[in-house]
Amino acid sequence: MASDNAIEARGLSKQFGQLVAVDKVDLTVSRAQIYGFLGPNGSGKSTTIRMLCGLLMPSAGDIQVLGLAIPQQAEQLKRRIGYMTQKFSLYEDLSVQENLEFLAAVHDLPRAAARQRIDHLLQRYWLAERRKQLAGTLSGGQKQRLALAGAVLHEPELLFLDEPTSAVDPQSRREFWDSLFELTDAGTTILVSTHYMDEAERCHRLAILDQGRLVADGAPRELCAQLPYAVWLVDCAAPRRAQQALQGEAGVVGLAQIGAELRVLAAREAWHADSLARHLAQRGVPAEVRRGEANLEDVFVAATRKPLRSAPAATGAAA
Amino acid sequence: MNLRRLFSIVLKELRQLRRDRLTFGMIVGIPTMQLLLFGFAINLDVRHLDAAVLDQANTARSREFVAEIAASQVVTLREQLSSPQQLDESMRQGKISVGIVIPADFDNRLERGDRAPLQLVVDGSDQVVQQAARQLAAYPLARLRSADAVPPAAMEIVNFYNPERRAPVNTVPGLVGVILTMTMVMFTAMALVRERERGNLEMLIATPVSPWELTLGKVLPFIGIGLVQVSLVLALGKLIFAVPLRGSLLQIYLAALLFILASAALGVFLSTLARSQFQAMQMAFFTFLPQILLSGFMFPYAGMPRAAQWLSEILPMTHFLRLIRGIALRGASLADLWPEMAALAAFSAVVLSIAVMRVSKRLD
Repeated sequence: MASDNAIEARGLSKQFGQLVAVDKVDLTVSRAQIYGFLGPNGSGKSTTIRMLCGLLMPSAGDIQVLGLAIPQQAEQLKRRIGYMTQKFSLYEDLSVQENLEFLAAVHDLPRAAARQRIDHLLQRYWLAERRKQLAGTLSGGQKQRLALAGAVLHEPELLFLDEPTSAVDPQSRREFWDSLFELTDAGTTILVSTHYMDEAERCHRLAILDQGRLVADGAPRELCAQLPYAVWLVDCAAPRRAQQALQGEAGVVGLAQIGAELRVLAAREAWHADSLARHLAQRGVPAEVRRGEANLEDVFVAATRKPLRSAPAATGAAA
Repeated sequence: MNLRRLFSIVLKELRQLRRDRLTFGMIVGIPTMQLLLFGFAINLDVRHLDAAVLDQANTARSREFVAEIAASQVVTLREQLSSPQQLDESMRQGKISVGIVIPADFDNRLERGDRAPLQLVVDGSDQVVQQAARQLAAYPLARLRSADAVPPAAMEIVNFYNPERRAPVNTVPGLVGVILTMTMVMFTAMALVRERERGNLEMLIATPVSPWELTLGKVLPFIGIGLVQVSLVLALGKLIFAVPLRGSLLQIYLAALLFILASAALGVFLSTLARSQFQAMQMAFFTFLPQILLSGFMFPYAGMPRAAQWLSEILPMTHFLRLIRGIALRGASLADLWPEMAALAAFSAVVLSIAVMRVSKRLD
């Protein structure tokens, strides 16, 4: 399995006591790509990342990262990866510059090169004027840029980012993603976890995790195209009543109100525009129904749908 | 081990310490405060007790005696009384805690030497005052006696090394040990667990840093800080309490260095056990008490039951107390006391190694 891929994992599992945090996950991440982990809180994103970095012992499974067997060769790997933790983990009582100097020494970068590299990163991540400021007093966006600068300081081949944008405003998020693409252009492989759909859409490839299982894996466009459900947009005066009328109907997988519209995700063979309109009219909700385009959110809803909730729908119990 | 990496951790610790006002203050504050507290308050010879004199003899000799007692500073004479009733009254009201009664036949008693020449009335409700009275009773009256007649007091106490029996002479060198134990164990016990609590550890263990670098990097800054504290306590002890330093200063520092290493090693070890800074603090106190009680600082080693003595041999403070008392007060040298140095070195090596083994570069 010694391949060009940055990460290969087979049957990766992690148990904490009774809890199965990660359940037989298979992963393949090619180089110089942004690979996304999309999933709700507690779906096993962080645990998987920690196992791939060699910070947690897997309960089962094989991992190869950058051609190294993990966790056996974890110490060798640690020189070649950057890891940005979910919570800001640089020293709040050190200045921006001191934090980076510390990391440079820990990674044993040659002194002169380190100074240049730090100057470059401070410029690149708009932190040059904040050089002397204590990290604890930076804003969310500045902290995140500092953390990224710290993670890429030693020019790692592979970057793990655990929900890097959770405490950051939309403008900073956009800038942050620009920097990520810049890094992949330079050949860096990035594995990033998120629970934002718009971020997931920007990844080259995406894995959707739910309750520790990998429930979907592919390029975002592919995942949308392969969705076995159709999307219908219901335009009516009372979208909430329409929603109640469709709740629990057989073949209906997801319902979400978007402004004045109701977005319906339903099995392709079970419903079409006419039958939906008729069904709603019979329940006193006259509506216009048209076909919609599937997006990642639909993929996510379909993939993470709880079996419990779909069970009554499958038996066709009337609402 | 990579020296640059080690040095970068030391530098980082010192920078963080400089910004941590509270800890920084404690480095100087704890030694100063404890020195003054222990030096002044835990003072077994009480001075300046309020006293009154009932001089029923009122002769030249008795007046001379009263002046002598006053000059001893053990008591401060508040009033001259004229009747035993007045004495009762003053003591009950708490105005005085010692009454000196000189009987009318004071001169006679002194000459014959068969009966106590004077009576000390003491407020027995206070143990400390009772102690002080014993001191006063042993006060040499020889000068007052006629040279030929009287045999000397039944027992004479010869007090080597601390002839004036001033408590600070005994407490201050021991206090160096107490202060170092307290601050070194406490500071280093926080060291790793603070990184864990603040989330820095997860970032740190994902880098090539090694457990030895991490552990030593946490210990080394405090060795310097400990030596500063030693200097502070010894200097203040000399300035304020005139505590003598009879042995070699260099040897005192060498002994302190080893003791600091042992204490810091203990602290870092606790840090690998604790899950939170609060737990680390509790553990530090847990090790602090036996060191104070069993090391011979509070109670003499010789008087302890055998089991307690064994336990006390494990404690680094026991060995350090023997070292510093030996060098500072008796003028002994490290060559005389090498087993104590060996014990400290062994303790440091064992505990530090266990700590390093416990520093895991994993989260589980």
